[in-house]
Amino acid sequence: MIRYAMVIDTKLCIGCGDCVVACKTENKVPAGLNRDWVVEATTGTYPDLKTEFRSERCNHCTKPTCLYACPTAATYRWEGTNIVLVDPDKCTGCGACIAACPYDARLIMNEGYVSKCTFCHHRVEQGLDPACVASCPTNCMHFGVLDDPNSTVSRLLATREHKAMHEETGNEPQVYYLT
Amino acid sequence: MREEILITVRDNYKIDPTVSVWGWQVIADLFLVGLTAGALIFAALVILRGKEETFDFTAKRLPLIGLISIGLAMTFLFLKLTHKIVFWRFFGAFVPTAVMSWGAWLLQLVILAILLLTLQGLRKGYPSLASPVEKFGIGRWALNWAERIKRPVAWASVVLGVIIAFYTGTLMTSMDARPFSSSGLMAPLFLVSGLATAAAVVLIGSRNAEERRLFTGTLFGLLAFKVLLLALTLANLANGSQQQIESLHPIFGGDYTQLFWLFFVIPGLLVPLVIEAFGLRGKRPAWMIISPVLVLYGAYMLRQLFVDLGQVSGYIDYVNTYNPALLDLLGMH
Repeated sequence: MIRYAMVIDTKLCIGCGDCVVACKTENKVPAGLNRDWVVEATTGTYPDLKTEFRSERCNHCTKPTCLYACPTAATYRWEGTNIVLVDPDKCTGCGACIAACPYDARLIMNEGYVSKCTFCHHRVEQGLDPACVASCPTNCMHFGVLDDPNSTVSRLLATREHKAMHEETGNEPQVYYLT
Repeated sequence: MREEILITVRDNYKIDPTVSVWGWQVIADLFLVGLTAGALIFAALVILRGKEETFDFTAKRLPLIGLISIGLAMTFLFLKLTHKIVFWRFFGAFVPTAVMSWGAWLLQLVILAILLLTLQGLRKGYPSLASPVEKFGIGRWALNWAERIKRPVAWASVVLGVIIAFYTGTLMTSMDARPFSSSGLMAPLFLVSGLATAAAVVLIGSRNAEERRLFTGTLFGLLAFKVLLLALTLANLANGSQQQIESLHPIFGGDYTQLFWLFFVIPGLLVPLVIEAFGLRGKRPAWMIISPVLVLYGAYMLRQLFVDLGQVSGYIDYVNTYNPALLDLLGMH
Protein backbone atom coordinates (compact mmCIF):
# COMPACT_ATOMS: atom_id res chain seq x y z
CA MET A 1 0.00 0.00 0.00
CA ILE A 2 1.31 3.45 -0.93
CA ARG A 3 0.98 5.59 2.21
CA TYR A 4 0.18 9.25 1.73
CA ALA A 5 0.61 11.38 4.82
CA MET A 6 -0.06 14.93 5.88
CA VAL A 7 2.36 16.62 8.25
CA ILE A 8 1.29 19.81 10.03
CA ASP A 9 3.72 21.98 11.97
CA THR A 10 1.88 23.17 15.08
CA LYS A 11 4.74 25.65 15.72
CA LEU A 12 3.90 27.45 12.48
CA CYS A 13 0.12 27.12 12.34
CA ILE A 14 -1.59 30.35 13.42
CA GLY A 15 -5.13 29.00 13.26
CA CYS A 16 -6.19 31.30 10.43
CA GLY A 17 -8.65 28.74 9.01
CA ASP A 18 -7.58 29.19 5.38
CA CYS A 19 -7.34 25.41 5.06
CA VAL A 20 -11.01 25.14 6.02
CA VAL A 21 -12.06 27.76 3.47
CA ALA A 22 -9.88 26.18 0.75
CA CYS A 23 -11.44 22.77 1.37
CA LYS A 24 -14.97 24.10 1.20
CA THR A 25 -14.20 25.96 -2.02
CA GLU A 26 -12.27 23.17 -3.74
CA ASN A 27 -14.71 20.42 -2.85
CA LYS A 28 -17.89 22.50 -2.94
CA VAL A 29 -18.76 21.40 0.60
CA PRO A 30 -22.30 22.64 1.30
CA ALA A 31 -22.97 25.39 3.82
CA GLY A 32 -23.19 24.07 7.38
CA LEU A 33 -20.92 21.09 6.70
CA ASN A 34 -17.17 20.79 7.15
CA ARG A 35 -14.56 18.26 6.12
CA ASP A 36 -11.80 19.94 8.14
CA TRP A 37 -11.59 22.21 11.14
CA VAL A 38 -9.02 23.90 13.38
CA VAL A 39 -8.57 23.20 17.08
CA GLU A 40 -6.79 25.38 19.60
CA ALA A 41 -5.41 23.12 22.32
CA THR A 42 -4.06 24.51 25.58
CA THR A 43 -2.31 22.28 28.09
CA GLY A 44 -0.32 22.80 31.29
CA THR A 45 -0.74 24.72 34.52
CA TYR A 46 -0.69 28.48 34.70
CA PRO A 47 1.73 30.15 34.07
CA ASP A 48 3.35 27.20 32.25
CA LEU A 49 0.76 26.91 29.52
CA LYS A 50 1.33 25.61 26.03
CA THR A 51 -0.96 26.32 23.09
CA GLU A 52 -0.99 24.63 19.72
CA PHE A 53 -3.21 24.97 16.68
CA ARG A 54 -4.16 21.82 14.84
CA SER A 55 -5.82 21.67 11.45
CA GLU A 56 -7.77 18.40 11.63
CA ARG A 57 -9.57 16.15 9.16
CA CYS A 58 -9.98 12.46 8.32
CA ASN A 59 -6.71 10.75 9.24
CA HIS A 60 -6.77 8.33 6.28
CA CYS A 61 -5.77 5.54 8.64
CA THR A 62 -3.95 2.54 7.28
CA LYS A 63 -6.22 0.43 9.50
CA PRO A 64 -9.48 2.34 9.00
CA THR A 65 -12.27 1.06 11.25
CA CYS A 66 -14.78 3.00 9.13
CA LEU A 67 -13.84 0.94 6.10
CA TYR A 68 -14.02 -2.33 8.04
CA ALA A 69 -17.47 -1.39 9.42
CA CYS A 70 -19.08 -0.41 6.10
CA PRO A 71 -21.60 -3.16 5.22
CA THR A 72 -21.94 -2.24 1.54
CA ALA A 73 -18.27 -1.67 0.63
CA ALA A 74 -19.13 1.97 -0.10
CA THR A 75 -16.01 2.96 1.80
CA TYR A 76 -12.92 1.96 -0.11
CA ARG A 77 -9.22 2.75 -0.59
CA TRP A 78 -8.23 4.84 -3.58
CA GLU A 79 -6.02 2.96 -6.05
CA GLY A 80 -3.99 0.91 -3.59
CA THR A 81 -3.24 3.82 -1.28
CA ASN A 82 -4.36 4.63 2.25
CA ILE A 83 -6.66 7.39 0.95
CA VAL A 84 -10.12 6.39 2.16
CA LEU A 85 -13.04 7.42 -0.05
CA VAL A 86 -16.81 6.92 -0.06
CA ASP A 87 -18.81 5.87 -3.12
CA PRO A 88 -22.15 7.76 -2.83
CA ASP A 89 -23.82 5.22 -5.13
CA LYS A 90 -23.14 2.45 -2.62
CA CYS A 91 -23.63 4.36 0.63
CA THR A 92 -27.00 3.68 2.30
CA GLY A 93 -26.44 6.16 5.13
CA CYS A 94 -26.64 3.41 7.75
CA GLY A 95 -24.18 5.29 9.96
CA ALA A 96 -21.91 2.33 10.79
CA CYS A 97 -18.83 4.20 9.54
CA ILE A 98 -19.71 7.27 11.60
CA ALA A 99 -20.05 5.16 14.73
CA ALA A 100 -16.78 3.40 13.91
CA CYS A 101 -14.65 6.51 13.31
CA PRO A 102 -12.86 7.60 16.50
CA TYR A 103 -12.21 11.05 15.02
CA ASP A 104 -15.85 11.89 14.19
CA ALA A 105 -14.41 12.96 10.84
CA ARG A 106 -17.33 11.92 8.65
CA LEU A 107 -20.37 13.92 7.71
CA ILE A 108 -23.78 13.30 6.21
CA MET A 109 -24.45 15.17 2.99
CA ASN A 110 -27.83 16.77 2.38
CA GLU A 111 -28.57 13.99 -0.14
CA GLY A 112 -28.18 11.40 2.65
CA TYR A 113 -24.90 9.70 1.80
CA VAL A 114 -21.81 9.97 3.97
CA SER A 115 -18.83 12.06 2.90
CA LYS A 116 -15.42 12.99 4.25
CA CYS A 117 -12.01 14.46 3.46
CA THR A 118 -10.55 12.83 0.37
CA PHE A 119 -7.02 14.26 0.70
CA CYS A 120 -8.16 15.95 -2.57
CA HIS A 121 -7.29 12.78 -4.48
CA HIS A 122 -8.42 14.51 -7.70
CA ARG A 123 -5.55 16.97 -7.22
CA VAL A 124 -3.11 14.32 -5.99
CA GLU A 125 -3.81 12.45 -9.23
CA GLN A 126 -2.44 15.47 -11.10
CA GLY A 127 0.64 15.74 -8.89
CA LEU A 128 -0.82 18.61 -6.85
CA ASP A 129 -1.11 19.00 -3.11
CA PRO A 130 -4.52 18.91 -1.42
CA ALA A 131 -6.23 22.32 -1.49
CA CYS A 132 -5.75 22.89 2.25
CA VAL A 133 -2.00 22.30 1.96
CA ALA A 134 -1.67 24.43 -1.16
CA SER A 135 -3.50 27.36 0.43
CA CYS A 136 -1.71 27.46 3.80
CA PRO A 137 -0.20 30.97 4.17
CA THR A 138 2.39 29.93 6.76
CA ASN A 139 3.47 26.82 4.84
CA CYS A 140 2.87 24.72 7.93
CA MET A 141 1.15 21.90 6.06
CA HIS A 142 2.97 19.28 3.99
CA PHE A 143 1.75 16.33 1.96
CA GLY A 144 3.52 13.42 0.31
CA VAL A 145 4.34 9.75 0.17
CA LEU A 146 5.53 8.42 3.50
CA ASP A 147 7.24 5.41 1.97
CA ASP A 148 9.61 7.65 -0.01
CA PRO A 149 12.46 8.48 2.40
CA ASN A 150 13.29 11.62 0.41
CA SER A 151 9.79 13.10 0.53
CA THR A 152 9.27 16.22 2.64
CA VAL A 153 6.87 14.42 4.97
CA SER A 154 9.37 11.58 5.57
CA ARG A 155 12.22 14.00 6.26
CA LEU A 156 10.13 16.09 8.62
CA LEU A 157 9.00 13.07 10.57
CA ALA A 158 12.57 11.75 10.70
CA THR A 159 13.95 14.99 12.14
CA ARG A 160 11.18 16.52 14.22
CA GLU A 161 9.19 15.44 17.26
CA HIS A 162 5.71 14.53 16.18
CA LYS A 163 2.45 12.88 17.20
CA ALA A 164 -0.73 11.60 15.60
CA MET A 165 -4.20 11.80 17.12
CA HIS A 166 -5.36 8.95 19.33
CA GLU A 167 -2.89 6.37 18.16
CA GLU A 168 -4.13 4.14 20.97
CA THR A 169 -7.10 3.24 18.74
CA GLY A 170 -4.77 1.16 16.59
CA ASN A 171 -6.12 2.78 13.43
CA GLU A 172 -2.67 4.03 12.40
CA PRO A 173 -3.71 7.59 11.49
CA GLN A 174 -1.67 9.27 8.73
CA VAL A 175 -2.05 12.93 9.69
CA TYR A 176 0.93 13.90 11.83
CA TYR A 177 1.54 16.98 13.94
CA LEU A 178 5.02 18.37 14.52
CA THR A 179 5.26 19.51 18.13
CA MET B 1 -5.40 21.81 32.38
CA ARG B 2 -6.23 20.46 28.98
CA GLU B 3 -8.65 22.46 26.88
CA GLU B 4 -9.38 21.91 23.20
CA ILE B 5 -11.50 24.57 21.55
CA LEU B 6 -12.77 24.52 17.98
CA ILE B 7 -11.80 27.82 16.44
CA THR B 8 -13.41 27.20 13.08
CA VAL B 9 -16.99 26.06 12.61
CA ARG B 10 -17.76 22.39 13.05
CA ASP B 11 -21.47 21.72 13.15
CA ASN B 12 -21.95 18.65 10.98
CA TYR B 13 -25.49 17.27 11.07
CA LYS B 14 -25.88 14.42 13.59
CA ILE B 15 -22.13 14.48 14.30
CA ASP B 16 -21.72 17.64 16.36
CA PRO B 17 -21.70 18.41 19.21
CA THR B 18 -21.97 14.65 19.85
CA VAL B 19 -22.69 11.81 17.47
CA SER B 20 -26.42 11.07 17.26
CA VAL B 21 -26.57 9.17 14.00
CA TRP B 22 -28.42 6.19 15.51
CA GLY B 23 -31.83 7.24 16.79
CA TRP B 24 -35.08 5.58 17.82
CA GLN B 25 -35.25 3.54 14.63
CA VAL B 26 -32.06 1.62 15.48
CA ILE B 27 -33.11 1.29 19.13
CA ALA B 28 -36.52 -0.11 18.15
CA ASP B 29 -34.80 -2.39 15.63
CA LEU B 30 -32.47 -3.81 18.27
CA PHE B 31 -35.39 -4.32 20.66
CA LEU B 32 -37.63 -6.03 18.10
CA VAL B 33 -34.86 -8.24 16.73
CA GLY B 34 -34.11 -9.31 20.32
CA LEU B 35 -37.79 -10.18 20.80
CA THR B 36 -37.77 -12.19 17.56
CA ALA B 37 -34.65 -14.04 18.69
CA GLY B 38 -36.32 -14.95 21.97
CA ALA B 39 -39.49 -16.05 20.15
CA LEU B 40 -37.43 -18.25 17.80
CA ILE B 41 -35.57 -19.90 20.66
CA PHE B 42 -38.53 -20.54 22.98
CA ALA B 43 -40.88 -21.75 20.24
CA ALA B 44 -38.18 -24.02 18.84
CA LEU B 45 -37.28 -25.48 22.24
CA VAL B 46 -40.92 -26.31 22.97
CA ILE B 47 -41.26 -28.03 19.57
CA LEU B 48 -38.02 -29.97 20.04
CA ARG B 49 -39.19 -31.20 23.46
CA GLY B 50 -42.56 -32.25 21.98
CA LYS B 51 -44.49 -30.02 24.44
CA GLU B 52 -46.51 -28.08 21.87
CA GLU B 53 -49.86 -29.01 23.38
CA THR B 54 -48.80 -28.10 26.91
CA PHE B 55 -47.12 -24.83 25.96
CA ASP B 56 -49.39 -23.96 23.08
CA PHE B 57 -48.98 -20.18 23.19
CA THR B 58 -45.22 -20.46 22.90
CA ALA B 59 -45.27 -23.04 20.12
CA LYS B 60 -48.26 -21.85 18.11
CA ARG B 61 -48.83 -18.15 18.74
CA LEU B 62 -45.50 -16.62 19.76
CA PRO B 63 -43.87 -17.12 16.31
CA LEU B 64 -46.37 -14.77 14.63
CA ILE B 65 -45.52 -12.08 17.18
CA GLY B 66 -41.86 -12.68 16.30
CA LEU B 67 -42.65 -12.44 12.59
CA ILE B 68 -44.47 -9.12 13.06
CA SER B 69 -41.59 -7.89 15.21
CA ILE B 70 -38.95 -8.67 12.61
CA GLY B 71 -41.12 -7.04 9.93
CA LEU B 72 -41.38 -3.87 11.99
CA ALA B 73 -37.66 -4.03 12.78
CA MET B 74 -36.79 -4.13 9.08
CA THR B 75 -39.18 -1.26 8.41
CA PHE B 76 -37.60 0.88 11.13
CA LEU B 77 -34.13 0.03 9.84
CA PHE B 78 -35.16 1.17 6.38
CA LEU B 79 -36.57 4.39 7.85
CA LYS B 80 -33.23 5.02 9.54
CA LEU B 81 -31.23 4.96 6.31
CA THR B 82 -30.47 8.48 5.16
CA HIS B 83 -29.79 7.37 1.57
CA LYS B 84 -32.68 4.96 1.08
CA ILE B 85 -32.50 4.85 -2.70
CA VAL B 86 -29.56 2.42 -2.57
CA PHE B 87 -30.76 0.28 0.38
CA TRP B 88 -30.45 -2.78 -1.83
CA ARG B 89 -26.68 -2.37 -1.68
CA PHE B 90 -26.79 -4.31 1.61
CA PHE B 91 -27.35 -7.35 -0.56
CA GLY B 92 -24.94 -6.36 -3.28
CA ALA B 93 -21.91 -7.28 -1.22
CA PHE B 94 -20.80 -9.33 1.73
CA VAL B 95 -18.14 -7.59 3.80
CA PRO B 96 -16.75 -10.08 6.32
CA THR B 97 -15.26 -7.36 8.55
CA ALA B 98 -18.56 -5.48 8.81
CA VAL B 99 -20.87 -6.82 11.53
CA MET B 100 -23.82 -5.06 9.86
CA SER B 101 -23.15 -6.98 6.65
CA TRP B 102 -23.38 -10.27 8.57
CA GLY B 103 -26.61 -8.98 10.09
CA ALA B 104 -28.14 -8.09 6.73
CA TRP B 105 -27.67 -11.64 5.46
CA LEU B 106 -28.45 -13.42 8.73
CA LEU B 107 -31.74 -11.54 9.03
CA GLN B 108 -32.90 -13.13 5.78
CA LEU B 109 -32.43 -16.57 7.34
CA VAL B 110 -34.12 -15.41 10.54
CA ILE B 111 -37.15 -14.14 8.60
CA LEU B 112 -37.37 -17.48 6.80
CA ALA B 113 -37.12 -19.45 10.05
CA ILE B 114 -39.71 -17.38 11.95
CA LEU B 115 -42.03 -17.51 8.91
CA LEU B 116 -41.83 -21.33 8.85
CA LEU B 117 -42.38 -21.53 12.62
CA THR B 118 -45.40 -19.23 12.24
CA LEU B 119 -46.84 -21.39 9.46
CA GLN B 120 -46.44 -24.64 11.43
CA GLY B 121 -48.52 -23.17 14.26
CA LEU B 122 -51.05 -21.23 12.24
CA ARG B 123 -53.84 -23.85 12.13
CA LYS B 124 -54.04 -24.27 15.90
CA GLY B 125 -52.67 -20.93 17.01
CA TYR B 126 -54.61 -18.66 14.70
CA PRO B 127 -57.41 -20.66 13.02
CA SER B 128 -59.09 -17.52 11.72
CA LEU B 129 -55.89 -16.62 9.88
CA ALA B 130 -55.28 -20.17 8.68
CA SER B 131 -58.69 -20.63 7.04
CA PRO B 132 -58.25 -18.00 4.30
CA VAL B 133 -54.73 -19.33 3.65
CA GLU B 134 -56.11 -22.84 3.22
CA LYS B 135 -58.50 -21.70 0.53
CA PHE B 136 -55.55 -21.56 -1.85
CA GLY B 137 -53.75 -24.71 -2.93
CA ILE B 138 -50.33 -23.19 -2.41
CA GLY B 139 -51.37 -21.95 1.04
CA ARG B 140 -52.50 -25.43 2.07
CA TRP B 141 -49.27 -26.89 0.73
CA ALA B 142 -47.20 -24.31 2.64
CA LEU B 143 -48.96 -25.06 5.95
CA ASN B 144 -48.57 -28.83 5.47
CA TRP B 145 -44.92 -28.47 4.48
CA ALA B 146 -44.14 -26.21 7.45
CA GLU B 147 -45.73 -28.74 9.82
CA ARG B 148 -43.76 -31.57 8.24
CA ILE B 149 -40.35 -29.90 8.54
CA LYS B 150 -40.90 -28.22 11.91
CA ARG B 151 -38.23 -30.21 13.78
CA PRO B 152 -35.28 -29.38 11.48
CA VAL B 153 -36.58 -25.79 11.33
CA ALA B 154 -36.70 -25.74 15.14
CA TRP B 155 -33.06 -26.89 15.37
CA ALA B 156 -32.04 -24.17 12.94
CA SER B 157 -34.16 -21.63 14.83
CA VAL B 158 -32.37 -22.24 18.13
CA VAL B 159 -29.01 -21.62 16.45
CA LEU B 160 -30.26 -18.62 14.46
CA GLY B 161 -31.98 -17.12 17.51
CA VAL B 162 -28.79 -17.22 19.54
CA ILE B 163 -26.70 -15.85 16.66
CA ILE B 164 -29.06 -12.98 15.82
CA ALA B 165 -29.43 -11.95 19.48
CA PHE B 166 -25.63 -12.04 19.77
CA TYR B 167 -25.47 -9.97 16.59
CA THR B 168 -27.44 -7.11 18.12
CA GLY B 169 -24.92 -6.89 20.95
CA THR B 170 -21.90 -7.50 18.74
CA LEU B 171 -23.00 -4.67 16.45
CA MET B 172 -22.59 -2.33 19.41
CA THR B 173 -19.35 -3.93 20.58
CA SER B 174 -17.78 -3.68 17.14
CA MET B 175 -17.90 0.12 17.27
CA ASP B 176 -14.61 0.51 19.12
CA ALA B 177 -14.80 4.27 18.71
CA ARG B 178 -17.80 4.31 21.10
CA PRO B 179 -16.25 3.25 24.42
CA PHE B 180 -19.46 2.83 26.43
CA SER B 181 -20.89 0.19 24.13
CA SER B 182 -17.64 -1.58 23.28
CA SER B 183 -17.71 -4.11 26.14
CA GLY B 184 -17.45 -7.74 25.05
CA LEU B 185 -20.34 -8.56 27.39
CA MET B 186 -22.86 -6.75 25.20
CA ALA B 187 -23.62 -9.87 23.13
CA PRO B 188 -24.64 -12.13 26.05
CA LEU B 189 -26.43 -9.18 27.70
CA PHE B 190 -28.53 -8.59 24.59
CA LEU B 191 -29.18 -12.34 24.21
CA VAL B 192 -30.49 -12.63 27.78
CA SER B 193 -32.49 -9.43 27.33
CA GLY B 194 -34.03 -10.75 24.08
CA LEU B 195 -35.01 -14.00 25.80
CA ALA B 196 -36.52 -12.02 28.69
CA THR B 197 -38.67 -9.93 26.33
CA ALA B 198 -40.03 -13.08 24.64
CA ALA B 199 -40.73 -14.65 28.06
CA ALA B 200 -42.55 -11.46 29.06
CA VAL B 201 -44.70 -11.65 25.92
CA VAL B 202 -45.63 -15.26 26.80
CA LEU B 203 -46.64 -14.17 30.31
CA ILE B 204 -48.79 -11.39 28.85
CA GLY B 205 -50.42 -13.56 26.18
CA SER B 206 -50.73 -17.04 27.65
CA ARG B 207 -53.77 -18.16 29.65
CA ASN B 208 -52.30 -21.61 30.31
CA ALA B 209 -51.42 -22.05 34.01
CA GLU B 210 -48.59 -24.51 33.40
CA GLU B 211 -47.08 -22.35 30.69
CA ARG B 212 -47.28 -19.27 32.91
CA ARG B 213 -45.65 -21.17 35.79
CA LEU B 214 -42.76 -22.28 33.59
CA PHE B 215 -42.19 -18.79 32.20
CA THR B 216 -42.45 -17.16 35.62
CA GLY B 217 -39.42 -19.17 36.70
CA THR B 218 -37.73 -18.62 33.35
CA LEU B 219 -38.25 -14.86 33.47
CA PHE B 220 -37.01 -14.67 37.06
CA GLY B 221 -33.83 -16.54 36.10
CA LEU B 222 -33.29 -14.40 33.01
CA LEU B 223 -33.80 -11.15 34.92
CA ALA B 224 -31.37 -12.25 37.64
CA PHE B 225 -28.82 -13.15 34.94
CA LYS B 226 -29.46 -9.83 33.19
CA VAL B 227 -28.76 -7.88 36.38
CA LEU B 228 -25.54 -9.86 36.82
CA LEU B 229 -24.48 -9.27 33.22
CA LEU B 230 -25.25 -5.56 33.45
CA ALA B 231 -23.17 -5.29 36.62
CA LEU B 232 -20.33 -7.19 34.93
CA THR B 233 -20.57 -4.95 31.86
CA LEU B 234 -20.19 -1.83 34.01
CA ALA B 235 -17.33 -3.48 35.93
CA ASN B 236 -15.72 -4.40 32.61
CA LEU B 237 -15.90 -0.76 31.46
CA ALA B 238 -14.63 0.48 34.84
CA ASN B 239 -11.54 -1.68 34.37
CA GLY B 240 -11.06 -0.78 30.72
CA SER B 241 -9.24 1.95 28.83
CA GLN B 242 -9.26 5.58 29.94
CA GLN B 243 -12.00 6.31 27.41
CA GLN B 244 -14.13 3.45 28.76
CA ILE B 245 -13.67 4.64 32.33
CA GLU B 246 -14.64 8.17 31.30
CA SER B 247 -17.64 6.83 29.38
CA LEU B 248 -19.12 5.73 32.73
CA HIS B 249 -19.17 9.26 34.13
CA PRO B 250 -22.60 10.14 32.64
CA ILE B 251 -24.27 7.37 34.69
CA PHE B 252 -22.29 7.99 37.87
CA GLY B 253 -23.14 11.59 38.62
CA GLY B 254 -23.44 12.86 35.04
CA ASP B 255 -26.38 13.75 32.82
CA TYR B 256 -27.66 10.18 32.49
CA THR B 257 -27.55 9.22 36.18
CA GLN B 258 -31.26 9.58 36.91
CA LEU B 259 -32.31 8.10 33.59
CA PHE B 260 -30.06 5.06 34.04
CA TRP B 261 -30.82 4.22 37.66
CA LEU B 262 -34.30 5.63 38.32
CA PHE B 263 -35.85 5.03 34.91
CA PHE B 264 -34.06 1.85 33.81
CA VAL B 265 -32.38 -0.25 36.49
CA ILE B 266 -35.06 0.10 39.17
CA PRO B 267 -38.30 -0.10 37.14
CA GLY B 268 -36.96 -2.12 34.21
CA LEU B 269 -34.93 -4.71 36.09
CA LEU B 270 -35.21 -4.73 39.87
CA VAL B 271 -38.97 -4.20 40.29
CA PRO B 272 -39.94 -7.01 37.86
CA LEU B 273 -37.28 -9.22 39.43
CA VAL B 274 -38.91 -8.79 42.86
CA ILE B 275 -42.40 -9.30 41.39
CA GLU B 276 -41.34 -12.49 39.59
CA ALA B 277 -39.74 -13.75 42.80
CA PHE B 278 -43.19 -13.33 44.37
CA GLY B 279 -44.65 -15.31 41.47
CA LEU B 280 -42.27 -18.21 42.13
CA ARG B 281 -44.52 -19.21 45.04
CA GLY B 282 -46.92 -20.62 42.49
CA LYS B 283 -49.60 -17.94 42.16
CA ARG B 284 -49.82 -15.29 39.47
CA PRO B 285 -52.56 -12.80 40.34
CA ALA B 286 -53.81 -10.35 37.69
CA TRP B 287 -51.83 -7.38 39.02
CA MET B 288 -48.59 -9.20 38.17
CA ILE B 289 -49.14 -8.24 34.53
CA ILE B 290 -47.19 -5.12 35.47
CA SER B 291 -44.01 -7.21 35.68
CA PRO B 292 -43.75 -8.40 32.04
CA VAL B 293 -44.81 -4.94 30.88
CA LEU B 294 -41.92 -3.47 32.87
CA VAL B 295 -39.59 -6.11 31.41
CA LEU B 296 -40.48 -4.93 27.89
CA TYR B 297 -39.95 -1.32 28.98
CA GLY B 298 -36.60 -2.25 30.56
CA ALA B 299 -35.45 -4.07 27.44
CA TYR B 300 -36.19 -1.02 25.30
CA MET B 301 -34.49 1.29 27.79
CA LEU B 302 -31.42 -0.95 27.88
CA ARG B 303 -30.96 -0.48 24.16
CA GLN B 304 -31.87 3.20 24.26
CA LEU B 305 -29.24 3.87 26.92
CA PHE B 306 -26.48 1.79 25.37
CA VAL B 307 -27.03 3.35 21.95
CA ASP B 308 -27.24 6.90 23.35
CA LEU B 309 -24.40 6.57 25.85
CA GLY B 310 -22.31 4.82 23.23
CA GLN B 311 -22.71 7.74 20.87
CA VAL B 312 -22.11 10.34 23.58
CA SER B 313 -18.85 8.62 24.52
CA GLY B 314 -15.89 8.87 22.21
CA TYR B 315 -12.35 10.03 21.70
CA ILE B 316 -13.17 13.55 20.60
CA ASP B 317 -14.21 16.05 23.24
CA TYR B 318 -13.84 19.56 21.85
CA VAL B 319 -15.35 22.67 23.32
CA ASN B 320 -17.53 23.78 20.44
CA THR B 321 -18.02 27.51 20.71
CA TYR B 322 -19.99 27.70 17.47
CA ASN B 323 -23.40 29.23 17.98
CA PRO B 324 -25.83 28.61 15.08
CA ALA B 325 -27.82 31.66 16.22
CA LEU B 326 -24.93 33.80 14.96
CA LEU B 327 -25.85 32.86 11.39
CA ASP B 328 -29.33 34.25 12.00
CA LEU B 329 -27.79 37.47 13.25
CA LEU B 330 -25.69 37.71 10.09
CA GLY B 331 -28.80 37.16 8.02
CA MET B 332 -30.55 40.03 9.75
CA HIS B 333 -27.85 42.49 8.79
